Amino acid sequence: MEFLRPATWAEALEAKAALPEAAPIQGGTDMMVELNFDVHRPAALLDLNRVAELTRWTAEDDGRLRVGAGVPYARLITELGDRLPGLAQAARTVGSPQIRNRGTVGGNLGAASPAGDSHPPLLAGDAVIEVESAARGVRMIPAAEFYLGVKRSALRPDELIRAFWMSPASGPQYFSKVGTRNAMVIAVCSFAIALHPDDRRVGTGIGSAAPTPRRAVAAEEFLAAELDWDARLDPGVLGRFGELVSEAASPIDDVRGTAGYRRHAVGVMARRTLTWAWNEFRSGQHGRRAG
Amino acid sequence: MRVTFTVNGRQETADDVWEGESLLYVLRERVGLPGSKNACEQGECGSCTVYLDGLPVCACLVAAGQAEGREVRTVEGLAEGDRLDPVQEAFVECGAVQCGFCTPGLVVQAHDLIERIARPSDAEIREALAGNLCRCTGYEKIIDAVRLAAARREETR
Repeated sequence: MEFLRPATWAEALEAKAALPEAAPIQGGTDMMVELNFDVHRPAALLDLNRVAELTRWTAEDDGRLRVGAGVPYARLITELGDRLPGLAQAARTVGSPQIRNRGTVGGNLGAASPAGDSHPPLLAGDAVIEVESAARGVRMIPAAEFYLGVKRSALRPDELIRAFWMSPASGPQYFSKVGTRNAMVIAVCSFAIALHPDDRRVGTGIGSAAPTPRRAVAAEEFLAAELDWDARLDPGVLGRFGELVSEAASPIDDVRGTAGYRRHAVGVMARRTLTWAWNEFRSGQHGRRAG
Repeated sequence: MRVTFTVNGRQETADDVWEGESLLYVLRERVGLPGSKNACEQGECGSCTVYLDGLPVCACLVAAGQAEGREVRTVEGLAEGDRLDPVQEAFVECGAVQCGFCTPGLVVQAHDLIERIARPSDAEIREALAGNLCRCTGYEKIIDAVRLAAARREETR
């Protein structure tokens, strides 16, 4: 096994091109578990800790935030919680403080586990993943096209994840997760919602209840057509939204929960998070907080 | 490979480190600092908590090579000579130590908490310690110890 320590992003891309089997390691909170338990023995570890730009985020000219793949969850919460509240809520449910000091969205994306906590808010918030290879340059992949199967993503062997792009919240965002306790627990299932009042649209993300994280597209289309943005939330609309989110899931039975439970729970979380978001939107709290 | 880093203010070099080896293994088996405990090796128990460049992390989840040139502070580095850190003292006084296996990790994590928040609420203490498992104490005495350490530390500040 080799341990590669590129000092710059260009060096990292070259290293990945020369040795596509090299496994990138940033926080190590996933990768090291596999190494410690001898589950996975990559040809090389490609340590990205020295590439300082990966740990930075910037507000870009188009208004979006570009967040380096190596920004740890703890900093997402403290530095970007006001602008990316859904993602920050999800980040607060990741592992423990020790894990949040190291773990990153880039690592979550690289692992592409259906249970990764950052995926649902990335989907709901229309995030775009910036990846790059030495040979073909930059590709911008919408989150909705990034997840291809269980722990499989659109990332090619010679590519590395550089950043994700996301607009600051234009409306309320919520994340909800079912676990057997409050901390240190992998999601049984999860759900994220983002209200986009400017477009009169609602974004969704389902976690741990399908082979990949996924949006509930029919539920989003239903709300785009049926939601009256100037009125109180109609209970019929709310109920139907929950049903459509349930139908969008295709969960399995496993040690953490049954498929039936997961299907039911994501529907409940969908109703709850829409209610929370709607109450915040209608009370004008969001505008006041953002302003 | 060779890994050189600073531990508790002293430069240390470890040779013949396997590329997949953890910082925890290097600390315990090569540097001779067995304070950080090896229990779960998957970041679930917090027994191996150390400071890495000032932030508490699970040493079992840091690749040794990632510590190259960095600063590590372990539970051994908290006391000043024979004088225990206020957190260590409070753990002893409150009976927060039983078998002691989880104690080093809890002490480091609690130390970080009261560095950041002078008088943490119970909810803040519970959240900060959520990644540290203890199978003996039932946690109440640990929480007592953190409260006491925070109060004492504030008096002497």
